[in-house]
Amino acid sequence: MADPTPPVVAQAEAPETTETTVRTLGRDAWHDLVRKPTFVVSAVLFVFFVTIAIAPGLFTSLSPTDCDLALSRQGPSSAAWFGYDNNGCDVYTHTIYGARASIMVGVLTAIGVLLIGGITGTIAGFYGRATDTVVSRLGDIFFGIPLLLGALIVLVSFPGGADTPELVTISKVVLALAALGWPQIMRITRSSVLQVRSADYVQAARALGAGGVRMILKHIVPNSIAPVIVVATIAIGGYIAAEATLSFLGVGLQPPVVSWGLAISRAQDYVRTSPHMLLFPASALSLCVLAFIMLGDAIRDALDPKLR
Amino acid sequence: MGRYVARRLLQMIPVVIGTTFIIYALVWALPGDPFAGRCGARPCPAAYVAEMTDKYNLDDPLPIAYLQYFGNLLTGDFGETFQGLSVGEELLRAYPTTVRLALVAIAFEILIGIGAGILAGLRRGSFLDNLVLVSTLVVVSIPVFVIGSVLQLFLGMRWGIFPATVGGDASLYNLILPGFVLAALSLAYVARLTRTSLAENRRADYVRTAVAKGMPQRRVIGIHAMRNSLIPVITFIGADFGALLGGAIVTEGIFNVPGVGNLIFRSITARDGVMVTGAVTVLVLVFLLVNLLVDLVYGWLDPRISHG
Amino acid sequence: MATTQAGIVPRPDQAGVTPLLEVEDLHVEFRTRDGVAKAVNGVSYTLHEGETLAVLGESGSGKSVTAQAIMGILDSPPGFVTGGAVRFRGQDLLALPDDERRAYRGRSISMIFQDALSALNPVFPVGWQIAEMFRVHEGLSKKDARKRAIELMEQVRIPAARERVGDYPHQFSGGMRQRIMIAMAIALDPDVLIADEPTTALDVTVQAQIMQLLADLQRDRNMGLILIAHDLGVVADVADKIEVMYSGRIMEQAPVHDIYAAPAHPYTKGLLESIPRVDLKGQELSAIKGLPPNLTNIPAGCEFRPRCPYAREICKEQRPPLAEVVPGRFSACHFAQEVLEGDIEPVQQ
Repeated sequence: MADPTPPVVAQAEAPETTETTVRTLGRDAWHDLVRKPTFVVSAVLFVFFVTIAIAPGLFTSLSPTDCDLALSRQGPSSAAWFGYDNNGCDVYTHTIYGARASIMVGVLTAIGVLLIGGITGTIAGFYGRATDTVVSRLGDIFFGIPLLLGALIVLVSFPGGADTPELVTISKVVLALAALGWPQIMRITRSSVLQVRSADYVQAARALGAGGVRMILKHIVPNSIAPVIVVATIAIGGYIAAEATLSFLGVGLQPPVVSWGLAISRAQDYVRTSPHMLLFPASALSLCVLAFIMLGDAIRDALDPKLR
Repeated sequence: MGRYVARRLLQMIPVVIGTTFIIYALVWALPGDPFAGRCGARPCPAAYVAEMTDKYNLDDPLPIAYLQYFGNLLTGDFGETFQGLSVGEELLRAYPTTVRLALVAIAFEILIGIGAGILAGLRRGSFLDNLVLVSTLVVVSIPVFVIGSVLQLFLGMRWGIFPATVGGDASLYNLILPGFVLAALSLAYVARLTRTSLAENRRADYVRTAVAKGMPQRRVIGIHAMRNSLIPVITFIGADFGALLGGAIVTEGIFNVPGVGNLIFRSITARDGVMVTGAVTVLVLVFLLVNLLVDLVYGWLDPRISHG
Repeated sequence: MATTQAGIVPRPDQAGVTPLLEVEDLHVEFRTRDGVAKAVNGVSYTLHEGETLAVLGESGSGKSVTAQAIMGILDSPPGFVTGGAVRFRGQDLLALPDDERRAYRGRSISMIFQDALSALNPVFPVGWQIAEMFRVHEGLSKKDARKRAIELMEQVRIPAARERVGDYPHQFSGGMRQRIMIAMAIALDPDVLIADEPTTALDVTVQAQIMQLLADLQRDRNMGLILIAHDLGVVADVADKIEVMYSGRIMEQAPVHDIYAAPAHPYTKGLLESIPRVDLKGQELSAIKGLPPNLTNIPAGCEFRPRCPYAREICKEQRPPLAEVVPGRFSACHFAQEVLEGDIEPVQQ
């Protein structure tokens, strides 16, 4: 509702603290969020995984290259809680170090799709007409290629090897996923912008002669970005899973990069005799994906008053 | 209805052209050696390079080359691998198995997904509802290849309930386990979608009207609420069928199902880029075609769409 | 008075006949996260064959909730009937098990809703939805039921009924949709028809046509008609008796002409003064100031007191019961007699 009554009422109730004079939707949402167990759990997991990704050294004294073939595929013990993999590397250390590549791919891809999809979606939604048609049809085309299949083609067309630098391998996967993932964000941004654009205050600003770019940055983006961020957060989980799948198929990240997908792929050959090689990286991967999905879900529920 | 079908068909044309163009450009026209990684571990034989250059008109400007390639596609010519295998024939051989696997998966989605969704949607907030919500969230977070590996390990190898690999005998019984794994992710979505949709529709005015008309409870839920609730669910399952026909790479690889996914899986391992891109092109076209059919079914299910 | 006295056995009316429909001391509450909203607080009314009863009130006055409780279509949870009786020809419907009660819906008591677009199922042809009444209740074949549906569509004056029987709700105009609603409701020749703001969503010209149609059908079929509305103007020409509801209670009950001539409750007076009238052209329209009370926390004393221009000390402390003012007229006001006779001055605020 666009009526100005609620803030005034709140002001009358709490005249001392200027902090609480205006109960914005964001504040309401935050208030709801901290009471939700799913949000608290997923936020803790999120912080946990991001910390691991940034500073894996905090969690393990070993380096992922400290491997001893003599220990190959030994099960969990007091010395190594998660056991050793086929190369005699500590599975725990690899699981910790694997977070970085996996989360990096997820987050970078999300940033990529936010940039491409966000900008194109805003332009399509704000300018409408022919611009909208062109952007939307272009999105349809990319949307017609399933994420995994498209990424597969891109990565097969640009094969890498063991000598490719780590960053290049990661960027390739990120680019492949972003190139095919952006229409989803574009569509959501577009519809969100369309809603905001027709809002009274935007019409009023337009009538007062506010220009295009200024208008977009000042009014459109801040008011239409919430649902986009939610979808992007959930999508990070999907991208992490997609990276793992591509790596599992042998076209995503390549050794010597340490990632969950690669670890699971290696474990596949020994799953019968050494299930611990599969169990720990797979659990870490699933937990991480779960964290992002739950986080996005919780934020969406809090932001969407209709669902309350 | 007729006009709706015609409009959808017309909208389809640029998407088909666009997607095939993108795939073509990704594979042949980007900077770098297009033959890198296309002929297994070794560089392509000069004769094959010459033949492909000629066949794909790689010396012509991109638009002309693409048009000729598109013409080939229309006549059902999807190319030839460096070993002289016809991509089209290989696909034709593998496709029936993939279709069968996808049908098994769809059966699971309908039986378990819709079933669980209805039970949860009819009793919001009950133990069963929460069980469905939590278990679907967990399933969504675990990547398919992890579910596949774990179920294969336990149900297949350890306990021997189902065959662990399918191999040459793609009987329905052998496809139960891979079919379930393939369905797992979508099954969770179907359950959630059915639940939300049914819960929303149960509160709808027309459901109240049906009660006021003196319809028995079974008819109110089973016909009035259900018919509306299942529209988005059927649309999702339909679109998913298209995705399953192409998205089974991982599952078919794990369970060694001799379908299209496995063909792609093996071709990736053998670094046979032509087979991969040819097969993916076909899968994308199938995906688009199925989506078109789903749209038409949607128009038929929801008269508000087609009887504008 | 008689209206608040509880009775288990069918109670003969003044004339000695069992009323068609008798609502007695009905209580409904909604249990929500924000508290318990008492939506209906002891409503009683009776309806006889061929009679048209108009129930008036603002939104939130409990008029629609009462109707939903009569029909047994309350959203439950959160809505619960916590007391009272709804007797159809002497049979208390609230005491019946679900499946027996269902037999009354559509067949004995029917209802039409305000927004026909959302009240009709969007994915079934309108003819199918009308025919469903015959197929389920009377076991007619598809073909026969369809024939009857077409007949009904003609009776409610839908042009080209035969051609349009297979069309979907969204393909009709608002007025035509409401006619389809009506056709569905009268399909089984019910004894009572409840119309919940049937014309609110329609254009003024269409409103009159629908009201006329309802009045004609009511007369031809000798139905009891309960007409729920939020302003007096709509129902003036068709109603016999008026119940004015406020905050889940009946404030005034009287024959329609008496109420128009002289209201016996300040709220009714306010409602009357807020209708634009041709004969008072040029004068300022007065609206009732303030808002209805919060149903989760209805204040002690008279519910209308905070908005009443005549409120005195007694109104703060005692809730006035619905009592007979003059024979046939009831009002829930401490000063009903004075209001009726225009013998009371507004309190200066």
